[in-house]
Amino acid sequence: MLLFSSFLHAHIIDVGPKKSIKSIKKAIYLAKIGDTIIVHKGTYKEGNIIIDKKVVFIGKDFPILDGQKKYEVLSVKADSVVVDGFKVIRSGHATLEDPCGIKVYNKKNVIIQNNILDDNFFGIYIQNGRNCLIKNNTIIAYGKEEQEIGNGIHCWKSDNLQIIANKISGHRDGIYFEFVTNSVIWRNISSKNIRYGLHFMFSNDDAYITNVFKNNGAGVSVMFTKNVKMFNNYFEENWGDSAYGLFLKEISDSQIIGNKFSRNTSGIHMEGTNRILIEKNVFQANGWAMKIQASCMDNEIVNNNFIANTFDMGTNGSLVLNKFNTNYWDKYEGYDLNKDGVGDVPYHPLSLFAVLVEKNPAAMLLFRSFMITLLDKSEKVLPSITPDNFVDNSPLMHSLPL
Amino acid sequence: MNRIIKIIFLDILKNKIIVAYTLILAVLSWSSFGLEDNSAKGLLTILNIILFTVPLVSILFATIYLYNSSEFIELLLSQPIKRKKIWLSLFLGLSLSMVLAFFVGAGIPLLINAPDSVGLMMLIIGSLITLVFVALAFLSSILTRDKAKGIGIAIMAWLYFALLFDGLVLFLLFQLSDYPIEKAMIIVTGFSPIDLARIQILLHLDVSAMMGYTGAIFKDFFGTSVGLLISFLLLCTWIIVPFLISLVKFRNKDL
Repeated sequence: MLLFSSFLHAHIIDVGPKKSIKSIKKAIYLAKIGDTIIVHKGTYKEGNIIIDKKVVFIGKDFPILDGQKKYEVLSVKADSVVVDGFKVIRSGHATLEDPCGIKVYNKKNVIIQNNILDDNFFGIYIQNGRNCLIKNNTIIAYGKEEQEIGNGIHCWKSDNLQIIANKISGHRDGIYFEFVTNSVIWRNISSKNIRYGLHFMFSNDDAYITNVFKNNGAGVSVMFTKNVKMFNNYFEENWGDSAYGLFLKEISDSQIIGNKFSRNTSGIHMEGTNRILIEKNVFQANGWAMKIQASCMDNEIVNNNFIANTFDMGTNGSLVLNKFNTNYWDKYEGYDLNKDGVGDVPYHPLSLFAVLVEKNPAAMLLFRSFMITLLDKSEKVLPSITPDNFVDNSPLMHSLPL
Repeated sequence: MNRIIKIIFLDILKNKIIVAYTLILAVLSWSSFGLEDNSAKGLLTILNIILFTVPLVSILFATIYLYNSSEFIELLLSQPIKRKKIWLSLFLGLSLSMVLAFFVGAGIPLLINAPDSVGLMMLIIGSLITLVFVALAFLSSILTRDKAKGIGIAIMAWLYFALLFDGLVLFLLFQLSDYPIEKAMIIVTGFSPIDLARIQILLHLDVSAMMGYTGAIFKDFFGTSVGLLISFLLLCTWIIVPFLISLVKFRNKDL
């Protein structure tokens, strides 16, 4: 009854160049808890706007909030605030305070949706938030150097976040997660960021599903985390010396299922990774489909398609504690006498040349030379340098319909 | 001169070996493109043809042809034609027919199945490699009068460029792996036409891997238009220099 009555008393406050209230700050000052503030089209240069009451803050026809390269534009310092439909531009630039387009300070149930953020230092920053929703935002920046720009969506020490259907480009990291738990990243497009499309640290029990990470400086990085679910994402065109489709470091008990890795220098690079299930992924036209360092243990790589990669596997040692089963490798040259769809000869996905290149990268110069092909073939028959337990004992004859 | 080229060109086209060479190339390329639904395997087969079969057939056939037509050459020499003209038209006739064989055998399936920059690059490089090894054949056949020796030199040259050179490079790479040798290695590739050809095709075929650590260095050089130009010029040098040496020798040769 109390809640109901408070709804009845909620007011709508209009702000605009032609309205009686011309300043957003004044509107917030006048607003009571539960009011709706509608901001009409126009450009508002009001420095740092602080929302310290529970209000619904709606922009009509994308009013521009300009930070004039000096201030943080919008600071949310109340629970259950809704920010919808603004164009937030030109936040300040300072490495000590990290000014943002929109920042949430230690609050819960905040909804930030349908905004356009253009040329901000950090885009959307959730600091110690709970149950927040970030949806349908377009976040663009024009960073040139890693040090000179912040992240698109930066989440720190939060819980139960939903990051849905945002488009992020040109920031340092597209989406940044540190100490964020029980959260979901769904249907985002993160491209052309300077460092990572998604940067993920110390964030347990999260899932990211159906995102596109394309053409980022170093791909996607997931580190020091357990229980992460990575489903149906696209990792594409992450090219360069230390660029990976997906970089895994110190990850355990996670699942990578149904993703597509195409045209990356390395599809997946794994270091110190344990008990991970890699299933039903497609690796296509990568330099290295997977690089599994010798520090990885008890990972299962099953039912994947490896198609047209330069190298299927790479590793840096001779220790192999991972399992490979029933994958399709297009480089497999065995036969299937009993016609059960599984090759009768085991497949060794690690080629001699991949090992040579790992030891001496300049050897890449000789790739596909006739002599190297000969060496590779003889190594496949009689493994001497490559570890002989790096093997798929039941390689598939035909690719899986993924 | 044009008439001599025409005579040689038509003579070679009637040759059974060239017909067989064209057929084999065609069968290999069509079948490898037909086997898989993606063109990657077919491209690899053609790459191997360019790096292996084309040099071998070009150099051997041209050497043997030159030795077999020594009487025809002597006949031509008795006519009032400049020696330079005779030698040049021999070269043009031979290389034209070899390039045509490559084009018909491997080029057509290549252009149909991979009509992009990779296919085009392979076609150009394959033709250049043909020319290089025909030129080397001219050199080896002029070095000695003995047919067996000449063919021996040709085979050795092919073996060296197709196999031994890469072995040497691999050996050097691992012996000198403590030193920054990437740049030096780019220069070393210039010493083998097959390597030049291979790297140019690799940059189109395996672009993701070549963008890795050292690959980036190669890409920075070979992948730029300047590098592309330089490696094409180097390939042309591999055609011109052996042929010019053989031309000088032919002019001064006492027949």
